[in-house]
Amino acid sequence: MAVADERPIGFGRMKRKEDPRFIRGQGNYVDDIRLPGMLYGAALRSPLAHARIVSIDTSAALQHPKVRAVITGKDLEGHGLAWMPTLSADTQAVLATDKVRFQGQEVAFVVADDHYAARDALELIDVEYDPLPVVVDPRKALDPDAPVIRDDKEGQTDNHIFDWQAGDEAEAERVFADADVVVVTQEIPYQRVHPCPLETCGAVADYDGVTGKLRLWCTTQAPHAHRTLYALVAGLPEHKIQVIAPDIGGGFGNKVPIYPGYVCSIVASIATGKPVKWVEDRTENLTSTGFARDYVMRGKIAADRDGKIRGLRVDVIADHGAFNAAAQPTKYPAGFFHVFTGSYDLEAAYCTVRGVYTNKAPGGIAYRCSFRVTEAAYLVERMVDLLADELEIDPAELRLKNFIRADQFPYTTKTGWTYDSGDYETTMREAMRIAGYEELLREQAEKRARGEYMGIGMSFFTETVGAGPRAMMDIAGLGMADGAELRLHPTGKAVLRISVETQGQGHETTFAQIVAEELGIPPEDVEVVHGDTDQTPFGLGTYGSRSTPVSGAATAMVARKVRDKARLIASAALEVAPDDLEWEKGRWFVKGDPEKGQTIQELALASHGSLELPEGVEGHLDAEAVYNPPNLTYPYGAYICVVDIDPGTGEVKVRRFVAVDDCGVRINPMVVEGQIHGGLAEGVGIALMQHVAFDEQGNCLSGSLMDYLVPSSMEVPDWELGETVTPSPHHPIGAKGVGESANVGSPPAVINAVVDALAPFGVRHVDMPATPARVWAAIQGGTPR
Amino acid sequence: MQINLTVNGEQRSAEAEPRTLLVHFLREQLGLTGTHWGCDTSNCGACVVLLDGAPVKSCTTLAAMAEGQDVRTVEGLERDGQLDPVQQGFVEEHGLQCGFCTPGMLLTARALLDANPHPTDEEIKVAISGQICRCTGYKNIVAAIHWAAEHAEEVTA
Repeated sequence: MAVADERPIGFGRMKRKEDPRFIRGQGNYVDDIRLPGMLYGAALRSPLAHARIVSIDTSAALQHPKVRAVITGKDLEGHGLAWMPTLSADTQAVLATDKVRFQGQEVAFVVADDHYAARDALELIDVEYDPLPVVVDPRKALDPDAPVIRDDKEGQTDNHIFDWQAGDEAEAERVFADADVVVVTQEIPYQRVHPCPLETCGAVADYDGVTGKLRLWCTTQAPHAHRTLYALVAGLPEHKIQVIAPDIGGGFGNKVPIYPGYVCSIVASIATGKPVKWVEDRTENLTSTGFARDYVMRGKIAADRDGKIRGLRVDVIADHGAFNAAAQPTKYPAGFFHVFTGSYDLEAAYCTVRGVYTNKAPGGIAYRCSFRVTEAAYLVERMVDLLADELEIDPAELRLKNFIRADQFPYTTKTGWTYDSGDYETTMREAMRIAGYEELLREQAEKRARGEYMGIGMSFFTETVGAGPRAMMDIAGLGMADGAELRLHPTGKAVLRISVETQGQGHETTFAQIVAEELGIPPEDVEVVHGDTDQTPFGLGTYGSRSTPVSGAATAMVARKVRDKARLIASAALEVAPDDLEWEKGRWFVKGDPEKGQTIQELALASHGSLELPEGVEGHLDAEAVYNPPNLTYPYGAYICVVDIDPGTGEVKVRRFVAVDDCGVRINPMVVEGQIHGGLAEGVGIALMQHVAFDEQGNCLSGSLMDYLVPSSMEVPDWELGETVTPSPHHPIGAKGVGESANVGSPPAVINAVVDALAPFGVRHVDMPATPARVWAAIQGGTPR
Repeated sequence: MQINLTVNGEQRSAEAEPRTLLVHFLREQLGLTGTHWGCDTSNCGACVVLLDGAPVKSCTTLAAMAEGQDVRTVEGLERDGQLDPVQQGFVEEHGLQCGFCTPGMLLTARALLDANPHPTDEEIKVAISGQICRCTGYKNIVAAIHWAAEHAEEVTA
């Protein structure tokens, strides 16, 4: 629906302020930046998944007429930069010194006059490797004969990283031991996937040897956190580091970590005295940067025969790759996986997660989800469907029977989360209404009678987003509170500076709308400054759906501070006590005398003028705020997917997809719907197509978009959206965050639909991605009933 | 070698290695960074430009192959301060988010509408099926192209 005519002063549909530059090709992405004298870097990568480095000969590359420098791990070692810390308190090689530990690992870095020459020179580097045995399957990583991947770590004698658990094991086992319950178990892997933003990762580093200032344009979702880490790692003074995230071509979690290429660009700029650009290609992006998921989950669910779910347990083997570079709050090595009890009121729950090293790329990043929430939602929503099948109860009815009721909120789960608000039944029934659930069941019955394979799948997810309360949550020691600064110029136009930044979500529009809602300034009069550490207040960045829950809250709070200050100025201007003033959007006026008042723009001018201000009120109209969230927010939704399967080919066609999201208050419904559409497409891709696969030697089999399949326009249906609105009680504007919901909620709906379609063949589970080959094999291996 | 071509109606010449890809020639030699590069395998379509009116992937076209031809990039869609309807349609229907796939999508849409002024949903989906968008889930891109078809003559901003 077109939005051309709407110009809200506050929340509502509104065209995006970002769009005019993008539709003209005037975006400014990292690869668009060119500086005088700029050189180009390229990384040499390991062809082997596990091998000792015997020697590296760079002499021929250095002879290349356009090559300015070749950097190896040995060179970095001298400066203490061969290794860098990860976001999970592990270390990661910047350039390999002793061994390579995954295929695609960075071994050397060439700097040349242009990027074709840099690539040419990579061919001239001669590395001798001594191959080692490889660990690919995380289930075998702790076998006694498994080679130790991280022998660089003192005391590390196997491939174990951590063991973590949540919930009450004794309580869970007591429920499972109850003679009256039905118990269903299932191994449910969540395959390794890659976020694959359309823009790959890259950086332009520009070090000024005279001033000592480092400017780094970088594809980062967390510029402030990166700046601090560079200061800590490289020993550069933090006030001399400026990290700039210009326009970013999608992130989805892939651009949260610091990658060796960024560090090499910085080192190369310092070494050559020139700006250095490094932009990876698609294969490098897919094979070496942050992957997601790779959880092997073994679920166990218990319920009474009448369908009352009582207990849930899951034991996970988590494949973290060669370096534990998962991005998540420090105290949660498995992220927020312990939200796996989902939307249900259970008696007992328990989970264990065992993290292991394998010879694969590092990552474990939160791909369009809050830390491991996607894995959790998939697990519980598959288990509930398996249970429904076992009990022969309709999956919608089973869910409705077990939901946390609206009157139970705030609700504390058996693993310790306190859900803020919800009315799950209403949202579920709305999805069923839009989908025409009863009619779908009738249609399916008719088709089954004709030998056609139609499936109806649903999921009901609850996310835990907006990390987080700083007493509980930090990344690399940095608390997860975010700042905002708001300044009104004398003419009433405003500049908002925020810690988070857009990778497509539209912050320049929606954050202006928050200010507009709070102050009554038209959003077009609010300039949103973001993505530049020299120009914005500190904060942890954009991921885990935290922009609106954390930084959006900071924006509302800073606007309220400005409004309060404007009240004091208005009291001076109107010569009344502040308590005698009343606010209407955009204006303070005298109670009982609405004609007598001043607009926020008039007050902005007065604050800069000669008006005598009340005692204690400084001039100008501006404020700062840091928002420390008191709790996370818990968006949720009900999704229903309809698929048709060709039993001859195993091809799955997603015919319909209904998504009813409740993300609390919606700032710009157009943007919210766009976020949901995008998340749904990625979720369908994960369920049916996306898989980072390896052979037994650790060769990555999905290193290009010919092998790593993401959805095109042909694989997605016409999304059907609905909404319910249950505001978050603790968030200043009642918003919960929505950018990732659809990617969390959609994979189980698709797989539940696939399994439902295959029920006549006796199939009870199909692993993701449900490719034609897998579906066909499931049909062949099933037991017809 | 010297490569001569017409870009957005202007005669342009520049020196480049014979192996230079058209996408790099446009971006590096001519400074037209609106054309993006997104994959190595001709799958993503971020690099689509019009070559003599037909959409091509400029990452798998040598610049030398465009010698003497007419190239149109995203920078050439707006004419005399007048947006092309496809540009306006993407704004109206929220057909873009991060903007990285947008230039290629716009050019494919332009070529489609030139050949077929009133395409169906299916025809639009097929036309953009060689291009990847990771943000929008495609629904609003389809709507944006419909918008452009319906407003072929009346774009103002």
